[in-house]
Amino acid sequence: MRPALIAHVREKRYPRARGAKPHLALAGLSLEIPAGEFVALVGPSGCGKTTFLNIVAGLDRDFAGEVALAPGHEGRPARVGYVFQEPRLLPWRTVYENIALVLPASGAEGIVDPMLQAVGLAGARDLYPPQLSVGMSRRVSIARAFAIEPDLLLMDEPFVSLDHDTVEQLRDLLLKLWHARPTTVLFVTHDMREALVLADRLVLLSAAPGHVVADVPVSLARNRRESGAEIERLRDEILRRHRELIGAEAEAATPVE
Amino acid sequence: MSVTTPIPRASSWLAASSLAQRIGSVALFVAVWQIAADAVGSRLLPSASAVCVALIQECVNGPLLFHLGITLARVAAAFTIAMVVGTAVGIVMGRSRTLDALFDSWLVLLLNLPALVVIVLAYVWFGLTEAAAIGAVAVNKIPNTAVTLREGARALDRNYSDMAASFHVGRWRTLRHVIMPQLYPYVFAAARSGLALVWKIVLIVELLGMSNGVGFEIQLYFQQFDVTRILAYTIAFVAVIQLIEWAIFQPLERRAGRWRQ
Repeated sequence: MRPALIAHVREKRYPRARGAKPHLALAGLSLEIPAGEFVALVGPSGCGKTTFLNIVAGLDRDFAGEVALAPGHEGRPARVGYVFQEPRLLPWRTVYENIALVLPASGAEGIVDPMLQAVGLAGARDLYPPQLSVGMSRRVSIARAFAIEPDLLLMDEPFVSLDHDTVEQLRDLLLKLWHARPTTVLFVTHDMREALVLADRLVLLSAAPGHVVADVPVSLARNRRESGAEIERLRDEILRRHRELIGAEAEAATPVE
Repeated sequence: MSVTTPIPRASSWLAASSLAQRIGSVALFVAVWQIAADAVGSRLLPSASAVCVALIQECVNGPLLFHLGITLARVAAAFTIAMVVGTAVGIVMGRSRTLDALFDSWLVLLLNLPALVVIVLAYVWFGLTEAAAIGAVAVNKIPNTAVTLREGARALDRNYSDMAASFHVGRWRTLRHVIMPQLYPYVFAAARSGLALVWKIVLIVELLGMSNGVGFEIQLYFQQFDVTRILAYTIAFVAVIQLIEWAIFQPLERRAGRWRQ
């Protein structure tokens, strides 16, 4: 079976902008993801993780390299769901309308309502995003991405700057949704613990210009990841083995990029 | 709950008191007018009551409603053209640096062109036709709308467009659900000032080259020095324009902004 994603970014440069030097963001970043795998892309702040996601999503076409997505069902073009760092919900449309917007006009109702049910927001259907809590907004944003039945789900640090309990709930929700609606996931984070809890495989990036420095399968069974001690042990092991590769930056996880 | 209950009461009380203030203000104006007219005692400053009587007469027996209708139709046509063209030009200039650089001086020129010059040139070049009249009014408003909407287009949030693009939301739906709602405040600002500008210019256009409409009638009564009828027409027209603001613009604006509450 063809990998869901094959990406080779030879080079991504930001040209000299007003007040900023030209910047080489990515250099020789290659990544393949088999269909159905949950991959966490881990790297220090500013290493080009978001840049890479935007390239994969097709938002940024100004780069040297190739990105190939395996087609979806019956050969239709691959659908990409994107969960951004901030929820990016249209404040002037209701929760329902925000999700319906990304779906074909006919039959949206049959998809949106069950989706809202699945993320526990059936009661918020007709609210406007400014009326939602931060946690609820993120749920809507995740629901929107799952609603299109994506062949590839991109997530850009979707749980940063949230309190601990909310993050736990959202992670559980994400895994629940993913088990119920399996898809290929590329999850960007700078938090190694988060990556270990969620992913099948960790891809570690260097500091800018970003490239892959290590590719680590997570062998720990999913039902044993509840235990913080196991995660902690794995994290220490990975950091010990790759510290020289990723540098000290990965340790100094900064909350906002 | 104890915090939220007094708020609606306070706001409805405020609304009632502001309505009372408004009525009081209008009543004061009419009173000052009446006293001044009585003191001067000339037909060049008719009393409020005389104008009121003339207004009713002109509505019932005279051609006021006919001319008012004609003028409103011209206002509507010129306003619609100016809003549609101005909005389109503004959005394009706000999104494209090249076109903005190319046509910015055109806008500045048009903005500073006196309305009278546009009207006279339109009549000279295109004759005393309905199209020339409406076109001249629209051209006076287009640069204004374009400048306002250009501001709006420059302020569009890239994050929302990226969201729409990554989910392959179509062009038309993106425009309708993502772009236009961000521009509504600018559209309303342009529409407000647009209506005020357009109806005044329509009167001049009518006065200079049309044979009907409120502007034409005012010119007629000007030649007869009939100030009573001039004021009667003016009041009727101002009232209708204010009604449009209350009955159309304000509800639309509330509807577009209901997500903010």
